[in-house]
Amino acid sequence: MSTDAISAKLKPKFQKEHQLAYYKALEDKHTTIDVDQDPLGTRMILNMGPQHPATHGVLRVLTELNGERIVKNKLDIGYLHRGVEKIAENKTYQEFMPYTDRMDYLSPYSNNVALCTAVEKIAGIEVPERAQYIRMVGAELARISSHLLWLGTMVMDAGAISFFIWTFRERERIYDIFDDFAGHRFTVSHSRIGGVASDLTPEALEKIRAFIAQFPNEIRDWKKLLNRNRIFVDRNKDVGTISYEDAIALGMSGANIRATGISYDIRRVEPYLKYAEMEFEVPTRLEGDNLARYFVRMEEMSESVKIIEQCLAKMEKGPIRVDNAKKSYPSKDEVYYSMEGLIHDFMMTDTGVCPPAGVECYHAIEAPKGELGYYIQSDGTGHPWRLKVKSPSFSNLQGLENILDGQMLADTVVVIGGIDPVMGEADK
Amino acid sequence: MAKESILAVSKAISEKFGEAVTGTAEHAGDHIVIVDKSTVHDILKFLKEEHHFIYLSDIVAADRFTEDDRFEVIYNLMSLRDQHRIFIKTRLPEENPELPTACDIWKAANWNEREAFDMFGIQFIGHPDPRRIFLPEDFKYHPLRKEFPLLGVPGSLDLPNTNPDAE
Repeated sequence: MSTDAISAKLKPKFQKEHQLAYYKALEDKHTTIDVDQDPLGTRMILNMGPQHPATHGVLRVLTELNGERIVKNKLDIGYLHRGVEKIAENKTYQEFMPYTDRMDYLSPYSNNVALCTAVEKIAGIEVPERAQYIRMVGAELARISSHLLWLGTMVMDAGAISFFIWTFRERERIYDIFDDFAGHRFTVSHSRIGGVASDLTPEALEKIRAFIAQFPNEIRDWKKLLNRNRIFVDRNKDVGTISYEDAIALGMSGANIRATGISYDIRRVEPYLKYAEMEFEVPTRLEGDNLARYFVRMEEMSESVKIIEQCLAKMEKGPIRVDNAKKSYPSKDEVYYSMEGLIHDFMMTDTGVCPPAGVECYHAIEAPKGELGYYIQSDGTGHPWRLKVKSPSFSNLQGLENILDGQMLADTVVVIGGIDPVMGEADK
Repeated sequence: MAKESILAVSKAISEKFGEAVTGTAEHAGDHIVIVDKSTVHDILKFLKEEHHFIYLSDIVAADRFTEDDRFEVIYNLMSLRDQHRIFIKTRLPEENPELPTACDIWKAANWNEREAFDMFGIQFIGHPDPRRIFLPEDFKYHPLRKEFPLLGVPGSLDLPNTNPDAE
């Protein structure tokens, strides 16, 4: 259909230029197809989202269909754009951390750790060992909780409602752990530059131990239900397939690239915290379809349990924050009972950590969705001059746009579920 | 210190392109090669073909807010075989900031370049789909430029009518 043909029918009510450019982009994607000369009338343009329950947020997919098959599609993102990079330039590093909780809102702990490790790298702060282990426990719990949400919603997208309730029961246990361990159930903001906010309480430790003892049984039960389930396998096998060449070229990361056979895991490639000392596998699959992504994520959850076990075994008593007033917040005891502590606390809140002027560096962690990195440029003040978030969902959505071409329309929902994007992170 | 392997790559770039490399920078183990904007496409292609940087991790744009060479674009490249990372930085003038697109080298550059255009107004010549990515086309500003106010520009975004009777 020629551009004029679509835009003549379209009467956008607001943001007119955007709507017209977006529809035009769909036509320019591969070739221009004249829908008007379609005698059977099987071609149509279908708009899905941004307000659609199965798009996991505010993703908008514009598809051109031939019957039930997607000929080509375009994604429109940015409906959740809050400009966090602009906000970051006007906040101190520590003040910005709660905003990161709201980026990938399914695994807040990983985001906190990503920002703190990046700031520590640029400012040259060494973190005490115990704090590193606590962060790892938190980040792995966050990974499990994120994968649980993915599992519940993906299986629900494939048609099984009750599964969602079972995975959410386990997620609830993780929330309870975070409640004891970080003081919040969901957006934890527990990590601090130079350490963590509070030590693990005995109750939290007990809950984590109970969770990792019981959780593998749940995974076993779920695998029994799904691995050989005819409906589930038929719905996911050979759906949303991507080759490893394309996955690399499109910069996909996380479980999506590992499902194509590329063992790209930041925990292995550029180990941070104490991951170099941990024994764990990086699960991969070769098929690159939705089922492969399912297997990779299921195995990752088991590996996370192993990492938490090792962390708890290796963790020794010690400080949880750097004892240096220029680099980290003093403990609350110091703040309440000494003048210097109060002054230092004030200075940390007002000015914060100041990395050297004119330097820039990048640090990435393996978040549940993939490579989550922060590129920071410092001008020597407590505010970043420029802070760029490399968010895994953004890269994965770019892959999704290529995966969806040639799929059946009914599979769109399952493929989106399998890619596991979080719009809060993709839209920044 | 950066890895030995990355210093070797950096050396190979300066040998091949000589004067186009205007400097290098290093902090906390990250190695940045600063190159002239006219050769950046050749250097990226060379890195992909000769040094196995097949994975484009990210493209960072930044506003330095200086008189000359105001903008900079940093390519964050990863070699999955050698497991190391290199950063290629290039600087652009305030008037008509433009670069050749890297979409022909890595498909991943597509959205990243659209983001750089949306946020800073940097044009990528030959880009297959040069639209804004986050903000609507009707928006006329580039919000991550330093002169853009934190509170935004009132009335710059067209919002849907919430009152059905008005139509």
